[in-house]
Amino acid sequence: MGIESSRILRNSPFVKPIDAILNWCREYSCWPYAFGTACCAIEFMAVAASHYDISRFGAEVIRFSPRQADLLVVSGTISEKMAPILKKIYDQICEPKWVMAHGACTCSGGIYDNYCTVQGIDTIIPVDVYVPGCPPTPEAFLDGLIKIQKIIEGESIRDPKYCGE
Amino acid sequence: MADLVAQTLLEKFPEAVSLAPDFRDEEAVCVTRESIIQVLRFLYSNPDTEYTLLEDICGADYPGREDRFEVVYQLYSLKTGGHVRLKVGLQEEDPTLPTAIGIYKAADWFEREAFDQYGIRFEGHPNLRRVLNHEDFVGHPLRKDYPIKKRQKLTRPTNLGWEEGQSRGNGDGSEQTGEEPEWMTLNIGPAHPTMHGTLRILARLEGETILKAEPEIGYLHRGFEKTSEALTYQQVIPLTDRLNYCSAMMNNVGYCRAVEKLLGIEVSKRVQYIRVIVSELSRIIDHLVCIAANLVDIGALTPYWYCFRERENVYELLEALCGSRLTTSYTRIGGLSHDLPDGWVDKCREYIRDRIPRAIEETETLITKNRIFVDRTSGVGAISADEALNWGFTGPCLRASGVPFDVRKANPYYDYDKFDFDIPVGSNGDTYDRYLVRMEEMRQSLRIIEQALDGLPEGPISVEDRRVSLPEKDAVYTKFGPLVQHTKLIVDGIVPPEGEVYSVTEAANGVLGFYIVSDGTKRPYRIKVRPPCFAIFQALPQLVEGSMIADLIAIVGSLNIIAGELDR
Ligand code: SF4
Repeated sequence: MGIESSRILRNSPFVKPIDAILNWCREYSCWPYAFGTACCAIEFMAVAASHYDISRFGAEVIRFSPRQADLLVVSGTISEKMAPILKKIYDQICEPKWVMAHGACTCSGGIYDNYCTVQGIDTIIPVDVYVPGCPPTPEAFLDGLIKIQKIIEGESIRDPKYCGE
Repeated sequence: MADLVAQTLLEKFPEAVSLAPDFRDEEAVCVTRESIIQVLRFLYSNPDTEYTLLEDICGADYPGREDRFEVVYQLYSLKTGGHVRLKVGLQEEDPTLPTAIGIYKAADWFEREAFDQYGIRFEGHPNLRRVLNHEDFVGHPLRKDYPIKKRQKLTRPTNLGWEEGQSRGNGDGSEQTGEEPEWMTLNIGPAHPTMHGTLRILARLEGETILKAEPEIGYLHRGFEKTSEALTYQQVIPLTDRLNYCSAMMNNVGYCRAVEKLLGIEVSKRVQYIRVIVSELSRIIDHLVCIAANLVDIGALTPYWYCFRERENVYELLEALCGSRLTTSYTRIGGLSHDLPDGWVDKCREYIRDRIPRAIEETETLITKNRIFVDRTSGVGAISADEALNWGFTGPCLRASGVPFDVRKANPYYDYDKFDFDIPVGSNGDTYDRYLVRMEEMRQSLRIIEQALDGLPEGPISVEDRRVSLPEKDAVYTKFGPLVQHTKLIVDGIVPPEGEVYSVTEAANGVLGFYIVSDGTKRPYRIKVRPPCFAIFQALPQLVEGSMIADLIAIVGSLNIIAGELDR
């Protein structure tokens, strides 16, 4: 957003209210990038569909361009062949960004421990929230989303991630 | 009829053909590699047999044998309804044999896969590259001496040798005359919504018209086959869920049926009927996802909400059976994990009478006569019946081209011959026909479920066979025999006799085959899945050539490519 880069604001006495407003906005308007590859992505579709309705949490604007998203949802097994692409997509998302590892495969490799699967996406990119399950139920996904929101709530423009210090 | 083929081959090619060991009445012959093409051509064109459908080619590795590698062809004849398996042994020093592409176009990717996984070379193949593993991979993972956990990192995205951006020329390095069109290479996917996250297509464009396209797959390769070699037969069931994850039940059924064939057991009528019911429910939700996703891709979001609502209802039914929505693992070898819970039948009846037909109806009214949809899909991505068959199409995509082939009718299993249902076929083989066929298939599935619910017999849900089914818990605690049997089954698992089988079922996307080789131990020696999408997706370049990019999106959606079974 650019506000963070302002040294004056960062050092001003209004940091608290600015944080509160920014975080409130960000928290309830996550734009997820659905990096769905496998079975978990079908459950992600279910979360986005009418029954579970992700828009109740303000996150229904699902983007497929990393440049328009701030929440990277990785659903599904990541193979070694896919790994560089995931890294690239992550790098293309602008700060601030958050990452949810959706499903056992993304958390740890899940039931696949063999020559072609990555053993957890945290070996490639940083992860904020891990949602376990194979696949996680839609409720678990929403729980993970709320956890992301909690993380956002606790952030400040003074965090090293924003001021790059 | 069945035995005729092997006999005919023996008479016709006495030098080249020998009978493979007889097992479970399957027809299998060994062929020398010098004559394999002749034999294939004979089988293909012999008017008595017409083995026009090449279902699968796969490799196998037997270290210690004189011929270390084996290439296995599975052929099917629509005329006689018979399968035949051809096996070619190859020595370790020189694992080469001629390609079958000249006869069956379907051989293309299957041969590439055998090359990728086993290092078997097919001479004359125009594009013998790796297909599932990445290009920097060293070695051949399915060989028995490749350690299962030896991972190889890839640090850059796969390069297909096509330069992105604008260029002029024929693109094949041939000399330029200066009159070639100016074209542009566009990379689509895998991180692209309509490529379902895992498919990648490079398209060479002139304006918006596709001159040439090259699909690249393997982004979801999860090593199903290698992993299953390290598990026991029961433990493989959860892995089968994750093949076609839109209709996991059907993979469960297909796999268990293959192992049951290997063991030579027949499940009870009740189990068969329940399997039919859950399979058909899965077919419906699979088609719902396919249609919904296809429509979203081409810009119609509303039907997606309707389709997914009904899908949730079916999930409710499946969850009641096995506690899980997607990854069901409901079947067991020799039966099922649980019987139907109380009240399930009534609930299922209610759904199939009221709810699901309503969803179909609603989508129908929204879409079938929708001008935009019809304009965007009719005549788009058409393929003729012969071509489709030659590419190895099965399932709705083949039937849309007008071939009424359905395993449920052609080689009925589980009492499918007793149910009254029709096989819808299309006439043009285009995207619109594929949509119509799927719509009608859902209705037919409802009919089958209704009849199966009406005729649902009572009976045990597990076979009485000491080799596969656990004894009653009470007996385990009180009697010695059952205790031993229980311990043996848990520790050793199921141990089928030595032999190999190939068993097919009609899954949502077409013929789902399992080729299982047992060496008489508790772990499968080799499992090869014949995934219906794999054969279908390789025909994509032909389907999209000359059409627009927007058509490509519609076509890919209508083929219903599920990466889980495509890449395994
Ligand atoms: S966690 Fe399970 S359901 Fe999710 S992608 Fe992996 S195997 Fe599929």
